[in-house]
Amino acid sequence: MKRRNGIFLSHRKHTEGFPTLRLPIPQEVTIPMAMHMGAPCVPVVKAGDTVTVGQCIGEAQGHFSVPIHASVSGKVKAVTEHLCANGTKCPAVVITADGQQTPCPDCKPYMPSTPEELAAMAKQAGCVGLGGAGFPTHIKLAPQKPISVMVINGAECEPYLTSDCRMMLEQTDDIIKGILLVMQILHIKNCRIGVENNKPAAIKALADAAKDHPEIQVIPLPSQYPQGAEKIMIYHTTGITVTEGTLPADHGVLLLNISTCAFLHQYTQTGMPLVERRITVDGDAVERPCNIIAPIGTSMRTLLEYAGCSPEKLSHLICGGMMMGSLLPSADTPLCKPNNGLLAFWQYVHPEPTACIRCGRCMHACPMGLMPMQLEKAYHAKDVEALTALKLNLCMNCGCCSYVCPANRPLAATHQLAKTLLPRK
Amino acid sequence: MPYHIAPSPHEKSAVTTQKIMLAVLMALLPAALAGCFYFGLRAVLVLLTAVISAVAAEAGCRIIMKRNQTVTDGSAAVTGLLLGMNLPADMPLWQVCVGSFVAIVIVKQLFGGLGQNFANPAIVARIVLLISFQAGMTTFRAPNSDAIVSATPMVSGDASYWDLFLGNTAGCIGETCAAALLLGGIFLCMIRVILPVTPVAYLGSFALCVWLGGGDVLYQLLSGGLMLGAIFMATDYVTTPITPVGKAIFGVGCGILTYLIRSFGGYPEGVSFAILLMNLLTPYIDRFTMTKPFGAAKPVRKEAADA
Repeated sequence: MKRRNGIFLSHRKHTEGFPTLRLPIPQEVTIPMAMHMGAPCVPVVKAGDTVTVGQCIGEAQGHFSVPIHASVSGKVKAVTEHLCANGTKCPAVVITADGQQTPCPDCKPYMPSTPEELAAMAKQAGCVGLGGAGFPTHIKLAPQKPISVMVINGAECEPYLTSDCRMMLEQTDDIIKGILLVMQILHIKNCRIGVENNKPAAIKALADAAKDHPEIQVIPLPSQYPQGAEKIMIYHTTGITVTEGTLPADHGVLLLNISTCAFLHQYTQTGMPLVERRITVDGDAVERPCNIIAPIGTSMRTLLEYAGCSPEKLSHLICGGMMMGSLLPSADTPLCKPNNGLLAFWQYVHPEPTACIRCGRCMHACPMGLMPMQLEKAYHAKDVEALTALKLNLCMNCGCCSYVCPANRPLAATHQLAKTLLPRK
Repeated sequence: MPYHIAPSPHEKSAVTTQKIMLAVLMALLPAALAGCFYFGLRAVLVLLTAVISAVAAEAGCRIIMKRNQTVTDGSAAVTGLLLGMNLPADMPLWQVCVGSFVAIVIVKQLFGGLGQNFANPAIVARIVLLISFQAGMTTFRAPNSDAIVSATPMVSGDASYWDLFLGNTAGCIGETCAAALLLGGIFLCMIRVILPVTPVAYLGSFALCVWLGGGDVLYQLLSGGLMLGAIFMATDYVTTPITPVGKAIFGVGCGILTYLIRSFGGYPEGVSFAILLMNLLTPYIDRFTMTKPFGAAKPVRKEAADA
């Protein structure tokens, strides 16, 4: 098997050796109703209502949506509007915490026994992919075809981020039990856990925890970005190519993030929905880089201040990773379910683009084997036919092309713009 | 104040166009110094004139065209040095300036500047000079002396392999010392500025042709402008194919054409004509050697490279 191309980044995983800290309960949380791929939820509480931890405050709308739960106990202060990272607006519930963290009485341990129950449980738990994209887990757990192999994504290929790494070290058993739970219910025979080889401690911990389960294989992968991209991870762990227009499930593959797996197991033990998550706070401007477990809806400002960073003089704040994260316009943004990193910096370097010299570095870096320089030309010519033929739709915006371009051309951003020219299906 | 907003990625590798050009200049330096060693002060003068006039032509052209100044990217200096290395040491300096003008203004800037020229500027300039000033371009001096000879070892055929390898022969300033050129090429491959595929395909196919034709393979490989052309001109990013397969086709084409011109053509040297002809074919090679996207549903349509 020929490995897909990619780039080698400086890892800067400063926080991987330190235990995760637990944020003291913030005074107020703002919980957006759109933290998953599907339609935003509809708030079912109003100002003045008393809520408990784990109580449903937003009802799912449609198949791709999952319910949203209160992450603190207290009083609903208001139902306001929230500006999402993609520019759209959605309702948000603001809760003033009472500090008691009273659990919701409905939250009871629950053990599913059939595939339908498992998928229903994932939906009810508000579970979305915790790796960054926020794809609802219950869709993945209800495959149309039998699953032959489950791939667990522990690559964490973005620089700085270590939240999955800490999860693998601190909750190793939860991960393995979560894997066994899904394998047992969906009758999956094989599981491969892909972890980048820059995390030897995590690889060892997982291998030790899974040593009684020969069906679970831990596969060390080269630390090459974007190792954690869905298609790349599946290809490098199983050799299966997820072809254009198909889903992993069509090839008998189920891919889950390591943290998602651990959460599924935790839910069967406690019945507590997804109300908190682990996030890496790092970057030049952060004095005490760390991993923090914080309630969903906590303001990024609170997280920054907790890590010793004053949000006032920052140049930019990245939600997610260096390569695929989005820049936040303000620190007063709530922590959402898929957020795995918060990176703060003093200086934004913004080199001016110069002429393309056709060096081909973008093409050699592209994990999907695309030709970014040709795509860019086709976009500027508004040539939809060429964009289609060059397989623009396969671009996953990993950013390798922009990263390597010696002329500083914003290739990945151009591809995103070009996608708007493609005919909608 | 709101924070800075920009699309991802938020990180950039340290490689820039300027650094690439600097690396090429450094790789050319051993061969240029060897030329100065063998052909004396006059060679230094020609090289300096070529570089300075090329840089001046680029800067002046951008000013007259009211475009942003690109002279600092270093590409004009590379073109100038390459041109100078392709000239004999006794070339009149004003003719060197004409060469720089042709390379930078006519071949590069009039087609849109860096990245837009379809042919290698230094090669076209060399050919223009060869046709226009045949006397100046074919009068060489023997190394370490002022004796004028009119024939390079490729024509006379009487140099030793060792002299050819070290560059101790008559010829253009930068083309005689194969050892220094190879050193520069290995350096560029090691820092991954160029892929070895083009030079290997070029030299390999040429050697095969000479062998099949019953010639002296090593003598032919080491003489004339072949090394300079194969390592530094046929690897120019802008005017050669992008994919490794395309580069291999390009190299093989250059090798065969060089052999044909050297053996059957009217000129003793065929490297520049071979590369120029292959430059013209580059868009077509690119069109037929596109990458295969990972998991693409059906074969990529060939029209796409026209974009």
